[in-house]
Amino acid sequence: MSNHSLSLKLLALFAVSLVLIALGCFFGSTGVNWNFTEVDPIILYEIRLPRSIGAYLAGALLGLAGAIAQGLFRNPLADPYLLGSASGALLGVGIILCLSYAGEDSLTTLIGMNGGAFAGALLGVLAALLLAGGYKSSLRLLLSGVVIGVIFSAANALLTFVRPDLYQSLQSFMLGNTSLINWNATVLMALALCLCVPITLLLSPVLSALSLGENTARTLGLPLDLLRLLLIGVLALATGFAVAQTGLIAFVGLAAPHLVRHLSGGRQRTQLLLSTISGGILLLGSDLLAKSIFAPLEIPVGIVTAVLGGGYLLFLLRRGQIGIRK
Amino acid sequence: MKILDLKVYRGPCEVISNLTIDIPKGKWTSIVGPNGAGKSSLLQGIADILPITGSITINNVNLQDVDRKARAKTIAWLAQNNDAAEEFSELTVYDTVMLGRIPHQGWLHLPSSLDHEVVQESLFKTHTQSLASRFLHELSGGEKQRVLLARLLAVQADILLMDEPLANLDPPHQADWLIWQKELLAQGKTIVTVLHEIQYALKADHLVMIRQGKLHFEGASQDLATHEALVTLFEGRIRLEKLGNDWVCLPA
Repeated sequence: MSNHSLSLKLLALFAVSLVLIALGCFFGSTGVNWNFTEVDPIILYEIRLPRSIGAYLAGALLGLAGAIAQGLFRNPLADPYLLGSASGALLGVGIILCLSYAGEDSLTTLIGMNGGAFAGALLGVLAALLLAGGYKSSLRLLLSGVVIGVIFSAANALLTFVRPDLYQSLQSFMLGNTSLINWNATVLMALALCLCVPITLLLSPVLSALSLGENTARTLGLPLDLLRLLLIGVLALATGFAVAQTGLIAFVGLAAPHLVRHLSGGRQRTQLLLSTISGGILLLGSDLLAKSIFAPLEIPVGIVTAVLGGGYLLFLLRRGQIGIRK
Repeated sequence: MKILDLKVYRGPCEVISNLTIDIPKGKWTSIVGPNGAGKSSLLQGIADILPITGSITINNVNLQDVDRKARAKTIAWLAQNNDAAEEFSELTVYDTVMLGRIPHQGWLHLPSSLDHEVVQESLFKTHTQSLASRFLHELSGGEKQRVLLARLLAVQADILLMDEPLANLDPPHQADWLIWQKELLAQGKTIVTVLHEIQYALKADHLVMIRQGKLHFEGASQDLATHEALVTLFEGRIRLEKLGNDWVCLPA
């Protein structure tokens, strides 16, 4: 693929992203208002704009994490949700919430929640790898991820017994919700994305090399184990920071890389970049749907992504584009 | 390349035991043996894929003292086709061959004009230029094998290790492969192959026979003693006959 063609694709996807962010500013609980001047500036600048940008950034982080997971484990079904890292992140958030004072909304709590989510995501993916005895069997890895997800969800449920006052907050995180994203959360996700994208692009040759098989990659002079560990770290960071702001959002990480696979021309760097952007588009688009399907009532965005992403996954399985190697 | 008291491990199992052989520089050495003898494991031990004890020295330098990148530039390895043909490979042929240039690239891994030149040359030599923009998973077994050979050539290593390079190649491309071998040898490359096709193995300069992880025999491929050892290696179930200038292997 020529640089010119890649630039055009990037430009088109950025244009779609900007349109969706703008649409996010029109859509709200007060209905659709196409005239900006009639919208309360506080609602526009303090609620809708950070939510739109934040939802986009959370989707971008999940899209990137999905592309890393699929390349790293050479598994078309790998994503933060199915690998156990998203539920690990959620458990991290839950523990930090339990340890903090109820209702406290300080920057320290926000940073603590993000740190907890990162640690939880890392723990989740490492536990799934440990349980699967490595990453060589796709089926074992996915089953381990599901088992870890169930165990972590049970632990989260237990937290609501310890702190019943947090039931609603935890429930909101479990269903996936973008309505609580503020400027602080948006800035944190932007920082995480600015850190994760360049590191991943830098480490992407290892993903290309791995697609020829573990053994061939070993003979290419790359410090494979170190690079793989760094990529797992980036995967956990991206997942953790997205989950800490929005809760569990299923299938964005899985579907985003598949949506752009035919556009990337098989180049890992392009695939990673396009997956990031398509993740943002997917989540923000779903958020707009979540706000408008039953307006003025709003449903958690996680439900919309689960329905859309799950349907897409079934479609791919039906078309035979996804095979599972035992 | 001198291999001294080499042991290769696959998990807890010792698959190659106390092997001491000389791989002549600038020559073609072929490793043969029955299934499960440890031929591929030996190649993987040399390629730093499987853990080893003992020593492998090239020009009196122990390979274990050489850094990873320099080693990758010196020794290139071609996997058995079924190892490399990953189901979930989204690479194009051109990018697959470009992977061979990784040991030569800087930390940003941005291909230089020399990298592009070498890739084009490797594609040309293996008759795969017309496949350059195709995806690896779209190719037939034989086409894929030629692309993987091009990837091997793109490393421009002095020592080429090939594990069953003829697998999936049709007779004309097997003949092409022999021509490439001769070209590579003329360039001073050292070639080590694992081959099941005994008639091709007999075209090598040097034969190393492995049985149950141990050295059975080594010698020049045209020597009568080597031929006798080969028949013994396969428990008398093969015979070798001269056909023109070549030796062919037939069932006994």
